[in-house]
Amino acid sequence: MAKTVTFTIFRYDPERDKRPYYKNYKVEVRRPGMMVLDGLNQIRWEQDGTLAYRRSCREGVCGSDGLNINGVNMLSCITHIEDLKEPIVIQPLPSLPVIKDLVVDFTDFFSKYYIVKPYLITKTPPPSDRERLQSPEDRKKLDGLYECILCACCSTSCPSFWADPDYLGPAALLKAWRFIADSRDEGSDERLEIVNDRHGVWRCHTILNCIEACPKQLNPTEAIANLKKAIVQRKF
Amino acid sequence: MGNIPDVIIHKHDVVIVGAGGAGLRAALEASKVVNTAVITQVFPTRSHTVSAQGGIAATLGNMEPDNWLWHMFDTVKGSDYLGDQDAIEFMCRMAPEIVIELEHMGMPFSRIENGKIFQRRFGGHTREFGKDAIQRTCAAADRTGHAMLHTLYEQCVKNQVIFYNEFFAIDLIMNEDHVVGVLAWDIVNGGFHIFHAKATMFATGGYGRCYKTTSNAHICTGDGLGITLRAGLPVEDLEFVQFHPTGIYGVGNLITEGARGEGGYLINKDGERFMKRYAPTVMDLASRDVVSRAIAEEIRNGRGCGPKGDYVLLKLDHIGANVINERLPGIWELTYVFAGIDCTKEPIPVVPTCHYCMGGIPTNYYAEVVVGNMEQPETPVKGFYAAGECACVSIHGANRLGSNSLLDIMVFGKVGGQKMAEFAESLPEHVPLPENPGKDGIERVIGLLNSTGKERMGPIWEELKESMDYNCSVFRTEETLVKQKAIINELWKRFQNIGIDDKSRVYNLDLVETLELENMLTYSKAIVEGALARTESRGAHYRDDYPKRDDVNWLKHTLAYLEEDGSIRLDYKPVRLKPLTVPPFEPKERVY
Ligand SMILES: Cc1cc2nc3c(=O)[nH]c(=O)nc-3n(C[C@H](O)[C@H](O)[C@H](O)COP(=O)(O)OP(=O)(O)OC[C@H]3O[C@@H](n4cnc5c(N)ncnc54)[C@H](O)[C@@H]3O)c2cc1C
Ligand code: SF4
Ligand code: SF4
Ligand code: FES
Repeated sequence: MAKTVTFTIFRYDPERDKRPYYKNYKVEVRRPGMMVLDGLNQIRWEQDGTLAYRRSCREGVCGSDGLNINGVNMLSCITHIEDLKEPIVIQPLPSLPVIKDLVVDFTDFFSKYYIVKPYLITKTPPPSDRERLQSPEDRKKLDGLYECILCACCSTSCPSFWADPDYLGPAALLKAWRFIADSRDEGSDERLEIVNDRHGVWRCHTILNCIEACPKQLNPTEAIANLKKAIVQRKF
Repeated sequence: MGNIPDVIIHKHDVVIVGAGGAGLRAALEASKVVNTAVITQVFPTRSHTVSAQGGIAATLGNMEPDNWLWHMFDTVKGSDYLGDQDAIEFMCRMAPEIVIELEHMGMPFSRIENGKIFQRRFGGHTREFGKDAIQRTCAAADRTGHAMLHTLYEQCVKNQVIFYNEFFAIDLIMNEDHVVGVLAWDIVNGGFHIFHAKATMFATGGYGRCYKTTSNAHICTGDGLGITLRAGLPVEDLEFVQFHPTGIYGVGNLITEGARGEGGYLINKDGERFMKRYAPTVMDLASRDVVSRAIAEEIRNGRGCGPKGDYVLLKLDHIGANVINERLPGIWELTYVFAGIDCTKEPIPVVPTCHYCMGGIPTNYYAEVVVGNMEQPETPVKGFYAAGECACVSIHGANRLGSNSLLDIMVFGKVGGQKMAEFAESLPEHVPLPENPGKDGIERVIGLLNSTGKERMGPIWEELKESMDYNCSVFRTEETLVKQKAIINELWKRFQNIGIDDKSRVYNLDLVETLELENMLTYSKAIVEGALARTESRGAHYRDDYPKRDDVNWLKHTLAYLEEDGSIRLDYKPVRLKPLTVPPFEPKERVY
């Protein structure tokens, strides 16, 4: 007999429930290394089809399934059940409106991403017949930035993000720095203007929750510090 | 809750279903000219393209001299001569321009000392028509798909492309012989929407989720194929399913061929580098069908590793922690998380995993969906386009070369976008919707929301996946295929008595997955029927009982149609053997 664990899952169906509640499910751990997402699938496919959550790649690269598990934000698809203490309490990402069960509304999160102009801005036309050149050293500056999967684990763990509805948050700011740090980009001025705001970089109080929460081991705090530095330098 | 109110109708010039690489590339192109909207089941950057690792092929010649004709030869040979040579020439010639465009859009490719894009070796890509492996695959470390998909989405944001995120396409809408749009379900709010368009494109991705061991994302359920079949249109060459040699044992997640491109190799339980027996020239970098069969053969003959002898090992530690950190950081992460292994120190247990679907909706190299047969030339279906993994151009024929799919989705996404814009502009008005548009799909969904049936999606899908793995994967025989056909028929019968637990409208994943299962059951029949009829072995389709390729009888594409009674009717059409400008590559025996 396989070992079982208990998942205590946040449930809320807006068409039926006045308020959210928690429901316990038994999950069989059928192989070593089984992930929380495998457990959720087991529940849906074998016990209770009404459970709603998001998932796509199941390997930590698409950013669909940020969840709050035992109080910490993480991706269900790369979190081993064995590494968690029971009871395993699974909740939606904090601070975003709940649509149903574990599914939250990302509208606010993405609108902040759009604000920072998350695309390469260039003024000089590229060479007509070949790539723009970039040295390996310059390319290296994008490592730790371009890998962001927009999962929102960072922003939704940030006390400043919770407190200030207009705060851009670590994910959007990391994205802003990803482009400013790109030797090919010519949009630094526009972007620094945008993030130089009390709802921008200056709202970050270096609480560091975001670093801990990031499942891709990125460092939004450092990106924010770099933005602050760039703003200050630009003023002189 | 069965009372579903009105259907909301949206009108756009161009509607694209799918926001993976193909869909976004098409959207960028079409939206320059006409009003364009994209419908997608998941937020665009959650599409499966994000998982692609190794890279995109193009003869940039940054590392060593290269030539598009060599690329073309490799692709034709890789396809086991089932690829259409006009389309292959078209794609290979366009490849460098496509990659340079991506770089100009901001894609963060890895670089070499002189500042140009880094290129690596990949299976089946050679110089001078097979002499030796070549560095042709342009890479952003081992996160090329992620880098590509995010860059494309960023450009869509910049160009203000219209998106309908988390909308699930249910059925195609046709007026006579004209495709006029799609019916979709709003996943977040519930409710039916009709997207009325002058041109409609499917870019819905692959169908690997009908197998249990797969590298594919949860959403790769081949909806576009199920929908196309239900619309009475054919799907092409579905029996050609690629099994990638190196899926992580037990879970199926992919280890990119780039790992072997960087110097990794496979060993059996005796520590023998067995690929030298199967492909003496390029060994571990032979094309995927060859390597997967070799692994399966080793396991069959008792040379597999582990207590059950059911996997082989991929050795990487000798290439050094530096190379792994620099070029394969994602692979390190994946093996660490999914196999509990530090691949800088230990070899990785691997097995072939269902990876890519060569078959799909038949198109020409303009991404126009076409219908033809052995006698009649192909003619386009008005207003209907397909691009990406759901389409069959056919570039990949019986077997795709690694890094040719990211290329395929860019080339035909782009061209399709242009063609749709032209077509939409040529139509003064939308062709009107038919009477009761989407009626059948709406009834099916309402039926599910009111269902009392005893069967559930989960167990039926589980049986489908397991039996497909068992009966219709790397090796096939008449016996296993006949058995599989009976299993699917039985599952189809059970599906008629399906019910769902969730009867609500808001974010009803139960409903969506059940509709996906319906699509999977529909096209799985076509996979099996095509495989059963094809009494030869070619590329990824290997029949133990017919181990030889048979060009006299089988150098042709399979077409499958869904009949009224739910059965599959097969038809065939010739391979387009004539390239655009160069002499054809005549079928030869394939050795690597
Ligand atoms: C792990 C892995 C690694 C790979 N690595 C490489 C590589 O290195 N090089 C290479 O060339 N190829 C690689 N491939 C293959 C390649 O990634 C895919 O073939 C390609 O990305 C498919 O792109 P696409 O645009 O056709 O579809 P996808 O990216 O799969 O997108 C499909 C889209 O359709 C939408 N959709 C589907 N059904 C519906 C519906 N019913 N309603 C609404 N929307 C729907 C989805 O939301 C999604 O947006 C890899 C594949 C895998 C699995
Ligand atoms: S470091 Fe800044 S962004 Fe990160 S959690 Fe703290 S306040 Fe938020
Ligand atoms: S920085 Fe990390 S946690 Fe934040 S969105 Fe990106 S990947 Fe997720
Ligand atoms: S499902 Fe894609 S990150 Fe978890």
